[in-house]
Amino acid sequence: MTNRIDLHPTHSHGEFKLRAGKPLPFGATLVPGGVNFSVFSRYATACSLVLFKKHAAQPFAEIPFPREFRTGNVFSMILFDVDYENIEYGYRMDGPYDPENGHRFDKEKILLDPYAKLVSGRDVWGKEPDWNNIFPHRGQILADDFDWEDDCQLEIPFEDLVIYEMHVRGFTAHASAKVKHPGTFAAIRDKIPYLKDLGINCLELMPVHTFDEFENSKLSPVTGERLLNYWGYSNVGFFAPKAGFAATGKFGMQADELKNTIKTLHKNGIEVILDVVFNHTAEGNERGHYISYRGIDNKTYYMLTPEGYYYNFSGCGNTLNCNNPIVRNMILDCLRYWVTDYHVDGFRFDLAAILGRDQNGAPMSSPPLLETLAFDPILGKCKLIAEAWDAGGLYQVGSFPSWGRWAEWNGKYRDDLRKFLKGEPGLAGAVSQRIQGSPDLYQWEARENCASVNFITCHDGFTLMDMVSYNGKHNEANGENNSDGGNDNHSWNCGWEGPCDDKEVNRLRIRQIKNAAAMLLVSHGTPMILAGDEFGNTQYGNNNAYCQDNELSWLNWEQLSENAEIHNFFRQMIAFRKASPMLRYSSYAMNAAPDVEVSWHGTSAWNADWSGAARTVAFMCRRWQSDERRTVEPDIYVAMNMHWDAHGFELPGLDNGRRWHVFANTGMESPDDIVTPGNEILLDNQQYFMVGPRSVIVLVGK
Amino acid sequence: MDLQYKMELNDGIARVTLAGSLDATNAGNFQEELKKLIGQKISKIVFMVKDLTYIASAGLRVMIFAKQRIGADVQVYLVGAQEAVLDVVKMSGLDTFMTIQKEFEG
Repeated sequence: MTNRIDLHPTHSHGEFKLRAGKPLPFGATLVPGGVNFSVFSRYATACSLVLFKKHAAQPFAEIPFPREFRTGNVFSMILFDVDYENIEYGYRMDGPYDPENGHRFDKEKILLDPYAKLVSGRDVWGKEPDWNNIFPHRGQILADDFDWEDDCQLEIPFEDLVIYEMHVRGFTAHASAKVKHPGTFAAIRDKIPYLKDLGINCLELMPVHTFDEFENSKLSPVTGERLLNYWGYSNVGFFAPKAGFAATGKFGMQADELKNTIKTLHKNGIEVILDVVFNHTAEGNERGHYISYRGIDNKTYYMLTPEGYYYNFSGCGNTLNCNNPIVRNMILDCLRYWVTDYHVDGFRFDLAAILGRDQNGAPMSSPPLLETLAFDPILGKCKLIAEAWDAGGLYQVGSFPSWGRWAEWNGKYRDDLRKFLKGEPGLAGAVSQRIQGSPDLYQWEARENCASVNFITCHDGFTLMDMVSYNGKHNEANGENNSDGGNDNHSWNCGWEGPCDDKEVNRLRIRQIKNAAAMLLVSHGTPMILAGDEFGNTQYGNNNAYCQDNELSWLNWEQLSENAEIHNFFRQMIAFRKASPMLRYSSYAMNAAPDVEVSWHGTSAWNADWSGAARTVAFMCRRWQSDERRTVEPDIYVAMNMHWDAHGFELPGLDNGRRWHVFANTGMESPDDIVTPGNEILLDNQQYFMVGPRSVIVLVGK
Repeated sequence: MDLQYKMELNDGIARVTLAGSLDATNAGNFQEELKKLIGQKISKIVFMVKDLTYIASAGLRVMIFAKQRIGADVQVYLVGAQEAVLDVVKMSGLDTFMTIQKEFEG
């Protein structure tokens, strides 16, 4: 039975032996004796397979697909006896060039396969490309032989996650990271002990699919250094990992390195969520260049105006035509591939509101793509997280079509908490909703799963340290006259713009950071922390560091010792959350009795101040009287005083002889600001607690 | 630098000594050489790589091939690897299916 070959060549082209291929799956797939190439184009009149030896300037072969190798709109061919590890491939398509009708075929161009599993051309991060390369992003064929052993998706309940958002390169590129291969997937592995110690259990990786860091690169007006597309929210190949993020990228081993990183993270109880960017591609607008889709089937892949121009709901020049059935299937194939072949645990969809627009750009009530993803069997245990807005003005936080499956980045959580933190009055009501998982946004739909990803900071906008150090953004180094990046930062510099020597200002900043951490980690929903916030990482006021591949963005690990008290505070708060099942509660199921009794308080117990002047609010979580767990799990009381004066809070009474103990008090200096869970300190005064100016206390009743 | 290799078979132990650079240009020939082991009674394949300076993906695939095609029960050893080679093996996760040793201990 060994080496049985069922396929044999039926055609030839020069020295090449061929056979009509299988239309599915799309892409380049190893089959016995050869490789099956399959590519869709509805409007192409002719297609040929273009083959290069690895890194060669010119192709060594070009094989036209005979008519009988096309089925419907799919060109497919099996090429036998090919040295698949040493070739790069692309397609050349002929067809109409008629932009007014949406067609931009150009047979001079060699095009990347939209389904390429490996893409070469930017193998080493930041290495200046050969600008004369006739085919800069080349498909390669990936062998499917990674040994996952017993690894599988971790399926950690959504409400138990503590998400840590990171940029693969920025996490370890700085010399202070002290890793062998800075800025790579492999280096994440080296930092696993750190991540475990911090207590997070989910990494959300900013884009790791193939992108071109040299896209729109330019010189910084401030430093003169070259600015790169560092973040990578601009897709070249949806199916292929970014080679420049792999230490082994120069060997073409990026897929293995990423798989091995995910496998090792899983072994350590850490899930992996990928940030995916299906709203646009790196091909830009009418003036953009050809990489793939534009030359393969422009009219199918892009949303076009009636005149044939590109709609720009993404703010990046073009908009992927997500609710075209072909594109929808590509997205589905892509996500399934990352789940089956990379064991990814979930996805965060960049500008996801675009995925709910129809082919003319109008928002739909039941977008087929989002529904398909919600019900897909292979994605069935995946976390699906929407960034529920787009650059075209569609804002869907609380109304993103979810089918009970989609969660959202809760932008309202961020905005309300930030305003409350800086001391704006009248937010007690909004904050009470946010802390309970935003039932005002999500209850109506009776989502059973966690719907709200709570965050105060993310890659977009200020870091946490900058949120308390700057009133305004300082993006001059981006070279756009400080006009890029958001202006609605709801930040407060604590009395001085930027770094300062004033001890009081710096103490207040640290306290505000701890306040933010405390609120985030006691909130119902799923918390997300921006990497580096736990040790006070700064971007010097830049709130849109997308092009800053330098120390501005890279985490400086020396801050870990300088800001040890911030780090310790985060670490203990995460541990407290993990030890407190009542904080990880997040069901919005209609008609189901809530699991946790949440009561709201003010400076007097049972009497919250919901007025427009309020800058304080407190809450208590406990199990219901009839719930057996009430006697086992400590009660939790949190008082938040965002006023600049101290306020006394009357504490609600406890039953069963329990007494209040202090877990955290941000009004105290380290090391008296927080303890390890279980070691809370008994309060002398059980009736009353004086909460310092702009401070948060966390008490447990036990 | 080209690849030099030498293969010896003793008591079911195939000892493969590699020197130079195992990359796309020579991995194919080397794999053909390894195919000769298919069907023989082999319990261990020992890659002696003290003088191997470079390994590319094609080279690593050959080692995977050794494991998959010569026999599922065959134990694969990588002995005396230089740091650069060992790094690639580890980062790509291949260290889990071979035993890595400084000196062959059996």
